[in-house]
Amino acid sequence: MTVAATQLDVRGDFPLLGSGIAYLDSAATSQKPAAVLEAMDHYYRHSNAPIHRSVYPLAAESTELFESARERIAAFVGWDPSTTIFTRNATEAINLVAYSWGRQNVGEGDEVLITRMEHHSNIVPWQLLCAERGARLRYLSVSDEGELDLAELDQALAGGRVKLVGVAHISNVLGTLNPVAEISAKARAAGAVTLVDGSQSVPQMPVDLSSIGADFYVWTGHKALGPTGIGVLHGQRDVLEAMPPFLSGGHMISRVDDEMSTWGELPSKFEAGTSEIAEAVGLGAAVDYLSELGMDNVRAHERELTAYALERLAEVEGITVFGPRDPDRRGGVMSFALEGMHPHDIGELCGREGVCIRAGHHCAQPLMRDLGVGATARASLHVYNSREDVDRLVKALTGAREVFGL
Amino acid sequence: MDALYRDYILDHYKNPRNFGTLEPHDLEAHDHNPLCGDEMGVHIRVSDDGTIEDLRFHGQGCAISQAAASMASEELIGMKVQDVLELKAEWAIDLLGIDISPTRRKCALLNLKVMRGATSDDASWPE
Repeated sequence: MTVAATQLDVRGDFPLLGSGIAYLDSAATSQKPAAVLEAMDHYYRHSNAPIHRSVYPLAAESTELFESARERIAAFVGWDPSTTIFTRNATEAINLVAYSWGRQNVGEGDEVLITRMEHHSNIVPWQLLCAERGARLRYLSVSDEGELDLAELDQALAGGRVKLVGVAHISNVLGTLNPVAEISAKARAAGAVTLVDGSQSVPQMPVDLSSIGADFYVWTGHKALGPTGIGVLHGQRDVLEAMPPFLSGGHMISRVDDEMSTWGELPSKFEAGTSEIAEAVGLGAAVDYLSELGMDNVRAHERELTAYALERLAEVEGITVFGPRDPDRRGGVMSFALEGMHPHDIGELCGREGVCIRAGHHCAQPLMRDLGVGATARASLHVYNSREDVDRLVKALTGAREVFGL
Repeated sequence: MDALYRDYILDHYKNPRNFGTLEPHDLEAHDHNPLCGDEMGVHIRVSDDGTIEDLRFHGQGCAISQAAASMASEELIGMKVQDVLELKAEWAIDLLGIDISPTRRKCALLNLKVMRGATSDDASWPE
């Protein structure tokens, strides 16, 4: 089969993939290009110093590297650096919003509206908030095709009690690409704020936050070719300014008096303690790498490969692939079940063939209950994957069925 | 033959012994593996002298967890209830007769954890 013109060939940029594995677990964490590893190594060898306060040249260099990374990371998604806040990961970013914004704005009888395809990170913080404030957590249902119904959103918003709508841009289980601009606009019109979890979308498609219009947009670095330990919260300035701090301590203050303190300006107000400097530098290198490839090309690569994978997976006997069929309506995340085999056994047997897939509930147990399964197997794609990886997966699945006598 | 998915493991997975529910029963417990979400429950009938007279396990899981439960059920019937808590993790793993990697250890031990919960106040993972 000829390889489509949209296919990128960058596997050689990723040192770990030299081992020969077919890595199909990028929705859990991505591999890192040499450029990211080198940027972090160079930072520690040549530029490591505290940021923001010391005045000697090395500290100025470190500060410049850190803030320049923030600027490029913000620009990568079309946002302003001063309202781009570094967190530990997407989970911490959502917790920041649930604590700081939630405890100020959600009260008794109010509602938080999320969807049944959310990752636990966009469920549990709202459960805790609602339990504490006497509010109600509601879920938008997911159709058999793995999609949301905006009429159901309209209905929920019409009740007038929804304070926040939380939704994944791309589902980490179904791959569904949700209409987040439309959802944000509807929420805004109903007086609710929106939090979009972009953990699966920022790594694999062009994202322009100014056209989405969400109040909060979160993502994590390690799924976007960057290091672990760094995530990002982008927020609307007026909303962030009205919020109290989340974590408190060093750096986030304006002045500390004996009894009380005043807070630093954005983004410092939400960045207590020593920041993830090397991680920010690494994520900066990751977005540089992706920008150089061009996110339109990254999306075209993933779309084409997803279409190919959906076609090839359908050849496996006894398989059920969950989520939208149309590659234009989904990202490169494919969950599936094989009749007569538990996902753990599928994952084990694929692993032996050097095919790395995920098996489990994918931190989405409400969705698993809707799908009527305890767990699924999941293959997810990134820029370094090729048709050969997909072919190896299909071969491993066929072999796994043979081991089980199916 | 596959080193992990041996014929008898797959046989117990596909045709689990003592699978289902048991009514009436004297003891029961239900538990899950937080790593994968797999669930398992057990119903136990106890005779006057404290012997496990009959049991049934139920739930869903991988070949390792289901085979472990099926194979253990054949050993547990006839055992004294009070002796279950004494069973070590190695007992369950030896019964399987295959090498269990650290990532699959909880699959192999879930059944014994549920049995501990049903027969004692200690529903912790066996050591």
